[in-house]
Amino acid sequence: MSVRRLAKDQPAAFAFSADTMATAQWWIAKYPAERRQSAVIPILWLVQKQEGWVSEPAIRAIAELLGMPVIRVLEVATFYTMFQLEPVGKVAFVQLCGTTPCMLCGANDLKTVLKEKIGPKNHISADGKFSWEEVECLGACSNAPMAAINDYYYEDLTAETLGQILDDFAAGKSPKPGSYVGRGASEPHGKIQTLLDPALYDGSRAKKMKLPNAPEKAKKAGKAETSA
Amino acid sequence: MVGILEDKDRIFTNLYGLHDWGLEGAKKRGCWNATKDMLDAGPAWIIDNIKNSGLRGRGGAGFGTGLKWSFMPKEVKDGRPHYLVVNADESEPGTCKDREIMRHDPHLLIEGCLIASRAMQAHACYIYIRGEYVREREVLEAAIKQAYDAKLIGKNNVHGWDFDCYVHHGAGAYICGEETALLESLEGKKGQPRLKPPFPAGAGLYGMPTTVNNVESIAVVGTILRRGAGWFAGFGRPNNTGTKLFCVSGHVNLPCNVEESMSIPFRQLMEDHCGGIRGGWGNLKAVIPGGSSVPMIPAEQCEDLPMDFDALRELKSGLGTAAVIVMDKSTDLVRAIARLSYFYKHESCGQCTPCREGTGWMWRVMERMATGEADMKEIDTLLDVTTQVEGHTICALGDAAAWPIQGLFRHFRHEVEDRITSYRAGKPHVMGATLIAAE
Amino acid sequence: MPIAKVNGVEVEFEPGMTVLQVAELAGEEIPRFCYHERLSIAGNCRMCLVEVKPGPPKPQASCALPAAENQEIFTNTPMVKKAREGVMEFLLINHPLDCPICDQGGECDLQDQAMGYGRDDSRYDENKRAVEEKEMGPVIKTVMTRCIQCTRCVRFITEVAGVPDIGLISRGEDVEITTYLGKAVASELSGNVNDLCPVGALTHKPWTFQYRPWELKKTQSIDVMDAMGAAIRVDSRGAQVLRALPRVNEDINEEWLSDKSRYAVDGLSRQRLDRPYVRVNGKLAPATWGEAFAAVASRIKATTPDRVGVIAGDLQDAESMKAALDLFGSLGVTNLDCRQDGVALGAGPRESWLFNSTFAGIENADVVLLVGTNPRLEAPVFNTRLRKQWIAGKTRIGVIGDNADLTYDYDYLGAGGQTLAGLAKSKSDFVQALKSAERPAIIVGQGALTGPGGAAVLKTLAGLAKTFGVVRDGWNGWNVLHTAAARVGGLDLGFIPAEGGKTALEMVKPGALDVLVLLGADEIEASASGAFTVYLGSHGDRGAHGADVILPGAAYTEKTGLYVNTEGRVQMAERVVFPKGQAKEDWAVLRALSAMVGHTLPYDTLDALRSKLMADHPTFGRIDYLSAPASFDVGSLGKKGDLGDTAFVSSVRDPYLNNPITRASATMAELSALRIAPVAMAAE
Ligand SMILES: Cc1cc2nc3c(=O)[nH]c(=O)nc-3n(C[C@H](O)[C@H](O)[C@H](O)COP(=O)(O)O)c2cc1C
Ligand code: SF4
Ligand code: FES
Repeated sequence: MSVRRLAKDQPAAFAFSADTMATAQWWIAKYPAERRQSAVIPILWLVQKQEGWVSEPAIRAIAELLGMPVIRVLEVATFYTMFQLEPVGKVAFVQLCGTTPCMLCGANDLKTVLKEKIGPKNHISADGKFSWEEVECLGACSNAPMAAINDYYYEDLTAETLGQILDDFAAGKSPKPGSYVGRGASEPHGKIQTLLDPALYDGSRAKKMKLPNAPEKAKKAGKAETSA
Repeated sequence: MVGILEDKDRIFTNLYGLHDWGLEGAKKRGCWNATKDMLDAGPAWIIDNIKNSGLRGRGGAGFGTGLKWSFMPKEVKDGRPHYLVVNADESEPGTCKDREIMRHDPHLLIEGCLIASRAMQAHACYIYIRGEYVREREVLEAAIKQAYDAKLIGKNNVHGWDFDCYVHHGAGAYICGEETALLESLEGKKGQPRLKPPFPAGAGLYGMPTTVNNVESIAVVGTILRRGAGWFAGFGRPNNTGTKLFCVSGHVNLPCNVEESMSIPFRQLMEDHCGGIRGGWGNLKAVIPGGSSVPMIPAEQCEDLPMDFDALRELKSGLGTAAVIVMDKSTDLVRAIARLSYFYKHESCGQCTPCREGTGWMWRVMERMATGEADMKEIDTLLDVTTQVEGHTICALGDAAAWPIQGLFRHFRHEVEDRITSYRAGKPHVMGATLIAAE
Repeated sequence: MPIAKVNGVEVEFEPGMTVLQVAELAGEEIPRFCYHERLSIAGNCRMCLVEVKPGPPKPQASCALPAAENQEIFTNTPMVKKAREGVMEFLLINHPLDCPICDQGGECDLQDQAMGYGRDDSRYDENKRAVEEKEMGPVIKTVMTRCIQCTRCVRFITEVAGVPDIGLISRGEDVEITTYLGKAVASELSGNVNDLCPVGALTHKPWTFQYRPWELKKTQSIDVMDAMGAAIRVDSRGAQVLRALPRVNEDINEEWLSDKSRYAVDGLSRQRLDRPYVRVNGKLAPATWGEAFAAVASRIKATTPDRVGVIAGDLQDAESMKAALDLFGSLGVTNLDCRQDGVALGAGPRESWLFNSTFAGIENADVVLLVGTNPRLEAPVFNTRLRKQWIAGKTRIGVIGDNADLTYDYDYLGAGGQTLAGLAKSKSDFVQALKSAERPAIIVGQGALTGPGGAAVLKTLAGLAKTFGVVRDGWNGWNVLHTAAARVGGLDLGFIPAEGGKTALEMVKPGALDVLVLLGADEIEASASGAFTVYLGSHGDRGAHGADVILPGAAYTEKTGLYVNTEGRVQMAERVVFPKGQAKEDWAVLRALSAMVGHTLPYDTLDALRSKLMADHPTFGRIDYLSAPASFDVGSLGKKGDLGDTAFVSSVRDPYLNNPITRASATMAELSALRIAPVAMAAE
């Protein structure tokens, strides 16, 4: 990670859209009233969704919304690496996982593809549509190698499939997230041997039951406890 | 039969998302069944049963879950609310199990939150999910809404215990998986771990009594109580009981997540569920058995190895999150560990000296070890530096950064030495896939 | 009391102490960088690691660990040594080691501890990290590559100063201390972060490259930039005062100092009066002492005492005021005043003009009413005490006067006289709290007690104090917050008009007097008086401009002198350097003059003067002593009258320009400019 700084070129102003503000308020309502600062990460994220990145005027606006000193919002914005402090590709922003599990499965080949198709990392392509960065483990290691593109995970990638995905984005299509070898999720590909017992799914488990080790007079005890 | 565990004993019956994740589907699979009876049975009963089940925390440290719950104050005092915080930050390289729970079986988690909250006198729970799990968060939010709508949770719900469940998210910081950093982050600050004491059970979220548990630890609770503590305790070896989600990645033929019995032998796990090691058992070189933070073990030690806390501890490694990273003979182990060193440098929160300075130092030396440019005597310096970081930091990230390197040199020191020797001899190590993460 | 063992030796300790404190009790020194007893505990530097039993088999940060009964603490085991050496090595790998060009050199914790724990070679072969410089305003100079990320500065500014302007951004090895985009730190206490910084990352910008600490003479003294009387150490080289630093005085300034008290010292070398002047043909011309004295003496002799007046200024030592009182008293002069602002204090018992609760004692007040004062401007260090109490949730604060940012929340009751008038009957929450308080306190500033309504305000306030029981058994919550270092001393001496005499404000009216003597009085507009004006003082400031004779005196660093702070505490300031040029200590000038007017003062030495001072006014004999809060009839103060409807504004409009020394200081000018027009954000 290099030093995270705010972008040199900044917009003159920032304004919350009505949607962003409504969602921001929904977030704020999740926390005790005097703890609205808790919403700072979700709101930075919302702002990033609205603008594509986090600008300096936005940081000030969030500070004001949450009653926080600006320096505290800046600390948060620079600490968490999902906050993009510079604009990113407008059509596809690729976050390629480069950590060991993905690396073992070919992340470096994907990097070559990204360099060829988009250019050096952390730079926007000339048309402004694409950019990519290398990120740390995204928590989808059984589907390695993988990348997050505009929020969603593209998994089990190869140089070819990633190339195709990028081409599709470039052609204005919306390639589907998920596995690109045809897996549903993280099951052993093509060889599911577990969770096949139909009794798990036939509703028999929803039948009224008695708890094992249920305490004597559970009812009474329970009442006393709940009213406490 | 494959593996040890039978389907009927699996908790995460929609692990692969082949069925409805929603409330209907979840109920059909047994979730939310008899939940009210559990709550009615009271906190002591819940905690005792979880203790008896032998459940150890699934977030990595393996601390007894029932015992941890019992540290919470027995009663709410001075208007200080209790909180349950669920650790869904899942960022330990190799680990990808909580994700499957949240997107495929979210109701097991929500039900678990209610039960655990009841056990700890909490009326509110925050689930802290890593920011990158956007899809998972969407599903989880939707499932929570279903639960509210069905009055399973919320004020005046059918279970008779007022309970709010909120999703909160991070934004790219591994350290926020550390429980106190998570609390800081949840309070809207940088994710810098807190000093302990005070422990969260005394002063956690907003300074209130708080317990932090991993997603899996919480999501198994409902089923444990439904099936009985003894049922859960019946799997695995003593002190290492229950069923466990294993995340297998790397050089296996069929990488996957799978729920298995604790203590399943490593080879059986590989062959029954993962299609075996790429190129056959003999092609196995080393395994990182519990997520990137634990030291690797060489193939020779793997064969009959029971995959559990104690067995791995004996090998100076750990079960961690049961994220098994398999490396075959084609692997450049030095490079693999150098990449992890980069990860720790990247993820250090930067507050305490040994980690802030040590992770960068270790990574830089590891990079030169990987190319062979390093000096032979730097090996001992590097190992010394790992011991200067280990045990001297505020949180365990320092240890986590040191251990993979120590593991590498414990078992494969000769490889590094050979590489340095050949580099000196004018034969630099050529890497199929060079990676220099931070330019 | 619980007992622990430190390296095998038993020590008793207070419950709640940390392992570090217990180890220190036992005489073991624990190295530390991040820990500071007046800040929250960060535990991040890891230098203070010790071994503790029972406990995990790894060293523990002693600064953060509560000590426990029967604990065994080891500070000298191989484990501890290795841990500290490891931390030291980590701190040094990215440190530039540029001590020879570092202003912290010689008083650097890192330098000192590297002696004990450093290696003599470096095992780090990589490039060192370089960190960009940061802009933080006129008093903080940064060399950020030297920063060891201890976060003391962040904690001080946030917790103590209450101005969250400094932060630690980014993460990992890229963390950086910064303000928001180069914003100047908007605290009147920002210089303290330079003291707190254990390395040379933050140093005193105004003093950059001016000295090496070991070449300075260090003199313990008392600050006079406000009426707190903070303990300071003044460092000088040759004839020049180079810096003022806080000393610890738990009762007064703890260990903080305001930027003004610290950085105004450059004003001691500028615009100084270093020889006498006499006005000849409308122009001030250099003169000898003899000529100047002759000019003054002949005027005084030719004037009847009722046409002579003396005004004492705000920085005046008690000895010179005593000499002036004795001299002019013997001449029969009754026009004497030390209250340039015309404040309605001085009659009545001494307690009526003191800060009776004391600074430390105010921490026991449960409800505090501030009237016509902005303590943040008037006594910044004192303000941190109120903030501390507010943070602890122990004190509720109400304000009548400026609705300013005081760094803590308060109940704003209103602006001035009318609010005060309605207070007794007010049903407001705050007034109810004040009424039912156990230890209520009123802090009244000069802003409420000056002006035509001053005496009436005093009367009303005193009445309220009586009603609310502000002065009661064992508790005196009547507090006057003065802003002038000389004021309490002046009032204690009775430097106020004698029977029939004129006040300062009356003296400067056109035609009121024939001879006006300004004893360092620069805050009063005397130019219209038309009197023959004699100015005795240190700076070519306001008072000197209109003077007919200038007698060069000594600044507070150039004489030993007694000052009484707003609490009534008598303290002695020490001479650091000699008066400039031909200037003399003020008392000596008056003594010489007394001979010329034929009323020779009965003392030849300062000691003799002090003996008389103490004999006449026994309070001055109790240096550094504060008597227990006395009870007095608070209700009797002031005079009935119209409260008026004016708003109470703080008497300190611009703290950086409110005395001759600050007005001569380049640093104060810079700070003042920043206050008036906060600089635009650096990024724009
Ligand atoms: C650097 C670091 C990262 C961690 N990351 C996670 C994580 O992503 N998820 C998790 O559940 N626990 C994580 N932990 C462990 C937590 O601190 C904590 O022990 C755990 O959430 C407790 O839950 P459990 O008792 O249910 O295991 C991490 C710990 C450290 C030191
Ligand atoms: S060990 Fe690293 S991550 Fe943990 S508190 Fe210290 S600097 Fe932060
Ligand atoms: S002084 Fe204890 S960690 Fe810094």
